[in-house]
Amino acid sequence: MAQRSAVVASKVGLHARPAKLFTQAVGASGLGVRIAKGDGPAVDAASILRVMALGVKNGEEVTLSAEGEGADDVLAELVELLETDLDAEA
Amino acid sequence: MTTPQTTLHGSGVGRGAVVGPVARAHPAPALHTEVPPPDDVAAAVAEVTEAFAQVARSLEKRAEEAGGTIADVLGATAMMAADPELVGQVRSRIEGGQAAVPAVDRSVAEFADLFTAAGGYLAERVTDLRSVRDRVVARLLGLPEPGVPALARPSVVVADDLSPADTAALELDKVLGIVIEQGGPTGHTAIIAGQLGIPCVVRVVGASALEDGTEVAVDAAAGTVVVDPDDELRARVETRREALATLAGLTDPGATADGHAVALLANIGTAEDAQRLTDAAVEGVGLFRTEVLYLGRTSAPTEDEQAEVYVRALGALGDRKVVVRTLDAGADKPLAFVTRSGEENPALGVRGFRLVRSDEELLRTQLRAIARAAERTGGDPWVMAPMIASVEEAEQFATLARGEGVRTVGVMVEVPAAALRARDLLAVVDFVSLGTNDLAQYTMATDRLLGELVDLLDPWQPAVLDLVAATAEAGVEAGKPVGVCGESAADPAMALVLTGLGVTSLSMSPAAVPGVRFALSRHSLERCREIAAVARAARTAAEARRACLDLVDAQVREVLALG
Repeated sequence: MAQRSAVVASKVGLHARPAKLFTQAVGASGLGVRIAKGDGPAVDAASILRVMALGVKNGEEVTLSAEGEGADDVLAELVELLETDLDAEA
Repeated sequence: MTTPQTTLHGSGVGRGAVVGPVARAHPAPALHTEVPPPDDVAAAVAEVTEAFAQVARSLEKRAEEAGGTIADVLGATAMMAADPELVGQVRSRIEGGQAAVPAVDRSVAEFADLFTAAGGYLAERVTDLRSVRDRVVARLLGLPEPGVPALARPSVVVADDLSPADTAALELDKVLGIVIEQGGPTGHTAIIAGQLGIPCVVRVVGASALEDGTEVAVDAAAGTVVVDPDDELRARVETRREALATLAGLTDPGATADGHAVALLANIGTAEDAQRLTDAAVEGVGLFRTEVLYLGRTSAPTEDEQAEVYVRALGALGDRKVVVRTLDAGADKPLAFVTRSGEENPALGVRGFRLVRSDEELLRTQLRAIARAAERTGGDPWVMAPMIASVEEAEQFATLARGEGVRTVGVMVEVPAAALRARDLLAVVDFVSLGTNDLAQYTMATDRLLGELVDLLDPWQPAVLDLVAATAEAGVEAGKPVGVCGESAADPAMALVLTGLGVTSLSMSPAAVPGVRFALSRHSLERCREIAAVARAARTAAEARRACLDLVDAQVREVLALG
């Protein structure tokens, strides 16, 4: 199982537009990706409701995990996405 | 020959008129929870999955068409409708023997609880979740999509009622007018339409029978909706619309035809309202209601929190005049941390300035916050207290306010006792402001919230006019400002009467300012005095208004549809 951490760069945290773009990217990857905040339980990263409910704020760390073909590459892309200020790019 | 036109009647908000096609908004479907489990579970699961997918697609499409902030909100809502966890939960509930509608309802409720518990931004998104639920359930039940439809062209939105969320989602640049069957002239839809100057008629009997695409003429001044208007009516509406648009573009300070200045001010409730006035042709704010700062809280806002809000409001208005009213809680505006329970007559109880009797620090904190904001912005806010009945109360407020650093101190005149003794009040404060809604309530012994007694609350009631006149006269004598910040300031005919009586400023919703500015500019001060005299000589409210209109310039009557 591949695992990566990321610090959320979006000013508003992982909400609204950033949450939408992130969960869309997870959905498009076709892999079962999970996301956890701090030591919290991991939830389905394709679920915008679960992701928003984590309440991740700007500067907080999350851990992504995935299994399957190309999991490392997918996680690398997702980490890059999280570490961009998604809210700034209108 | 013209075919007879159907006319629906209601209460108009504003003075505008417009012709356009109907776009119906549909109510949220009822959530029947007592439904037997489906016979064919597989079919029910397939149907509900398809309903979620369709809702997601339709929201995504609307997001693409909308652009801006609305696009982001709709886009995130579309993702909620496509959420694998949500849809998965609904499916397992149905597989466990639940009917589709309660399965959707309960699955959404679980996430809604989670979001509500998290508070803040997430709690606000509960509305979006519920809108997904309502859209999915409507599809399952074969009902039209709830809420306001995407407007393909400028339209008149027709609904049974609009929720605050519906109103917030309106694409305002495409909303020509609003017609609602329920609601009231003081409801949130009416208030927002009034602020934005969108012609709106509420309580329209028969509005729910209007069909999509039918042309209607909405006349807010007359409170009518005419179905399939003929060419003559269309032309009249168009002339009025153009005239009103011209008026809305004028920015001169308020004055009579012969140059007697009457300041035209806006009523606001939040710092955001003040920021929206940046480009508005108003000379300032005549009533900044500060209750919003306190509403929905379990404890009073701190001095810092309040000062920050006042700084934003004063900063937005620059050197324009601002009159801040201190907290007016109690009666119809209860607050958890100050309102006493168990008062038999809250409108006559411990409300407004009277709260100082039990909690002086609450008022002192507010006064300090205002004074601090004034210092930080270099502004000079006037500050007034609501519900003053005696000269001792006025003195007490003036001492408190000046002690906390407020320079210009005034009181509201809303109680007949204050109007009758305005001379004494003006000896201890710098200005007074008439709150005509409460003054009518207390003069006529009529609850403001009772729709069936609305005739008694008419600001044209002779006894109310007498008290307004007594207050204005005291102001003229003392050489101190007397403003009006109630509904009546927004009525162009009444504005002429008030000016004739000696009132020095009129404060209203910003959308009402152009009509009042126009009416004033077409009458001399002497004419306003004559108009005031005939209004005061009348025996009844209806006669007072009629006698006044007979002296009002014909073009003003036509353009503003004063009758």
